[in-house]
Amino acid sequence: MAARPSGRGHFFPSFFPRVAALLANIVIQFMNGLAGASSLFLVAAGLSIIFGVSRIVNFAHGSLYMLGVYLAYSLIEFFGRSSIFGFWGGVLGAAIAVGLIGVVIEVLVLRRIYRAPELFQLLATFALVLVIKDAALYFWGAEDLVGPRAAGLRGAVEIMGKRFPQYDLVLIAIGPLVLGLLWLLLNRTRWGTLVRAATQDREMVGALGVNQSGLFTSVFFLGAFLAGLGGAVQIPREPAQLMLDITVISDAFVVVVVGGMGSIGGAFLAALLIAQAKAFCIGIGDVSIFGATLSFTKFTLVVEFVIMAIVLVVRPLGLLGKLQGAQRGAATVEPPLYPLTRPFWIAVVGLVALLALMPLGGDDYLLVLLIDIAVFSVFAATLHFLMGPSGMVSFGHAAYFGLGCYGAALALLKLKLPMELALLAAPLASGLGALVFGWFCVRLSGVYLAMLTLAFAQISWSVIYQWDAFTGGSNGLVGLWPSEWLKDRTAFYLFTLALCAASIIFLWRVVHAPFGYVLRAGRDSALRADAIGIDVRRFQWYGFILAGVFAGLAGGLFAFSKGSISPETLAVSRSVDGLVMVLLGGVQTLTGPVAGAAVFTWLQDSIARNTEYWRAILGLAILVIVLAFPQGIAGFLKQATARFTSAREREVVR
Amino acid sequence: MLTIEGLNTYYGRAHILADLALQANPGEVVVLLGRNGAGKSTTMKSVIGMVPAQSGAMTFDGTRIDRMASHHIARLGLGYVPEERRIFTDLTVMENLAVGKQPPRDGAPTWTPERLFELFPNLGRMKDRPGGRMSGGEQQMLTIARTLMGNPRLILLDEPSEGLAPVIVEQMAKTILQLKDEGLCVLLSEQNLHFAQMVADRAYIIEKGRIRYSGTMAELAANAAVREQYLSV
Ligand SMILES: Nc1ncnc2c1ncn2[C@@H]1O[C@H](COP(=O)(O)OP(=O)(O)OP(=O)(O)O)[C@@H](O)[C@H]1O
Ligand SMILES: [Mg+2]
Repeated sequence: MAARPSGRGHFFPSFFPRVAALLANIVIQFMNGLAGASSLFLVAAGLSIIFGVSRIVNFAHGSLYMLGVYLAYSLIEFFGRSSIFGFWGGVLGAAIAVGLIGVVIEVLVLRRIYRAPELFQLLATFALVLVIKDAALYFWGAEDLVGPRAAGLRGAVEIMGKRFPQYDLVLIAIGPLVLGLLWLLLNRTRWGTLVRAATQDREMVGALGVNQSGLFTSVFFLGAFLAGLGGAVQIPREPAQLMLDITVISDAFVVVVVGGMGSIGGAFLAALLIAQAKAFCIGIGDVSIFGATLSFTKFTLVVEFVIMAIVLVVRPLGLLGKLQGAQRGAATVEPPLYPLTRPFWIAVVGLVALLALMPLGGDDYLLVLLIDIAVFSVFAATLHFLMGPSGMVSFGHAAYFGLGCYGAALALLKLKLPMELALLAAPLASGLGALVFGWFCVRLSGVYLAMLTLAFAQISWSVIYQWDAFTGGSNGLVGLWPSEWLKDRTAFYLFTLALCAASIIFLWRVVHAPFGYVLRAGRDSALRADAIGIDVRRFQWYGFILAGVFAGLAGGLFAFSKGSISPETLAVSRSVDGLVMVLLGGVQTLTGPVAGAAVFTWLQDSIARNTEYWRAILGLAILVIVLAFPQGIAGFLKQATARFTSAREREVVR
Repeated sequence: MLTIEGLNTYYGRAHILADLALQANPGEVVVLLGRNGAGKSTTMKSVIGMVPAQSGAMTFDGTRIDRMASHHIARLGLGYVPEERRIFTDLTVMENLAVGKQPPRDGAPTWTPERLFELFPNLGRMKDRPGGRMSGGEQQMLTIARTLMGNPRLILLDEPSEGLAPVIVEQMAKTILQLKDEGLCVLLSEQNLHFAQMVADRAYIIEKGRIRYSGTMAELAANAAVREQYLSV
């Protein structure tokens, strides 16, 4: 950073010293990259091993990392920060403690849902993220905690005339060391053989007399231990804070996906690649090219996602990934959709009419809540449209919501368009985003597709977050008020209700239209659909765009209902909210997302007003629901009625 | 040794096995014959606990095994060789065998890789080859060997002759008779009557999830009407 070539001065006299300085800089950045890679690799390796055996995409893995950082902080304080034993004892103790927490999670929650649909497992791990975050808030508080430096390694060594921290040298060694140990464990022990066998076919392993639960529990211990260790070793380098869970999980996902799901060696390579790229972006700093300043520092926020996007497009299974069959013994069957009957439509019309009467109650606060529910119902319905009928899980759906927000806001503020036209800019902006991003995404499937959607969402987020001049950066944009005739709360409520109801009904109709059939055919058997001449990819792309358009409309309405927006509108946490809504309601039903959005928004609002720990309560509520009704709320109701009717049918048959 | 009574199994709401009953006695090779989709594999999977039985009683050596988890059933000495083979393709032959390894068991032959390589000489020549790079016949041998590593008293063989070349089918028959000589009880499922006749003592015929016929192989050989009705294609 210091010895950046300035681009001025006489060429020859300063050439050699400048080259030497540049070289030293490169070497130091390279070493920084190596040091950063280790921790990244540890987390990603843990995630990869857990995924391999259980096929659970563990969203709580970043939370385990975060616990590793916090626990290391406390344990080192406890053992004494000035002794070498105190430091390393604290680090190891933290890793073991996190491993044990992983065991508790496996035994209490995940073990019960191994046979549940994949998305449900995902929901459970989201819930764990919420619970763990609030647990950390409770035990350690909201302030960042700056950790101790490593006892005995506080100095620096000199490399090519530059100082490099001793501790970072140790970190550089830890990565390859753990890689080697893991390799030995997996390839030279009976336990490792069983793990590799179970990664391919856990049911068969069970039929050969191996106790799967013991195996799963130990795998969780190892995975969580690695996450905890990855966090603990970072304590001298980064403060413990509550945002680590989400940033680390997205980093870890990126590493695992770039390396190839289930490949430890791939994770190592990917961690190196990404850490190097980040280190170099920081190292290069701001560069002026032809008078324009290009900030590489700002690029660090997205560089990993750019790398991932490129890798996934070029090598859809990651650098060293192999095609992994679906784990046997997992539930996958999707029931057919029920036709939309007349009683159903009567109920819908009745509900909308009832909602339209709500302003008569005169409760302004209720209207605010209902506007939120309406907006998020559309958002959830579009995400459901992707996940259910189209079979594409998106981890970054907030991108389209946020693009809608910003599309509307910028049209109003920069183009000075009237509010009605600015609202039209919302679906236009998000649709355009979906058109571009979707084109890449539909080329992948499953977890890889989900990760690519996340990548695009993060890229959009970071552009908006950093482009102060245009988007207001982290402050966002203010002064977004609706037109005169919508200024009144009731009028805006009815306007929103009408648009949202129409959007949702339209989406439902699409699912039942030929277009929807084609999408479902593509989801259920891409090969067969291809064989009968359907271009699955193209239809998926159209579906993606459609979902993006309506998500953006929801975003536009949201912007005008709040009067201001911030980059939060397209942050990961918003995407996660959407997923929780859809999964809470149940993916198998059309009405599910609306039910889920209503329950989620209401819960969030009512709990948040009463306690600081609303996340934990929400998370626990989700866990209870997941464990009690592995079909979602709407799915549960449907199943309950189906059980009732089929019991009667059986009576008749006999 | 293995007794099944009144077994009912469902996939979702589809009733696959209906009041199925059969028995296998020590030292016997029993064959379950039936056409495609008759329910042979489902019977095997119900026994090993991969598919839950809705009702019925299954006992193995006096222990009730319905409602038990697969690995507990396997540890009683009941080995299962699936129809689709389900070799661990990333693991070598030796590693595949290691996964199946269980402690020695009273009243059952004890197998080591060396003994198994005498039974399946081909496998001995490719100890370090990954399971994914073996021929179908070799994989079939490996699945059987892998299950034998658990030192079972009874072995469930789901269509072992399926998709194998005639020469290999002969070998397979010899192997099964060798296992019988070792004192193993074998319950095998087949569509191939010719193969069944080479190895089995008794037969059950299953159709649409119900047992339609049972008798010794000699009786079945004499009963053209039954063969005509249930087995000819
Ligand atoms: N996982 C499953 N879900 C639903 N139905 C199934 C499933 N597996 C099998 N079936 C159905 O159960 C019936 C019995 O199947 P099973 O595999 O037991 O037959 P089989 O006698 O082994 O046939 P084959 O000779 O083809 O192996 C068939 O009608 C089949 O379609
Ligand atoms: Mg079969």
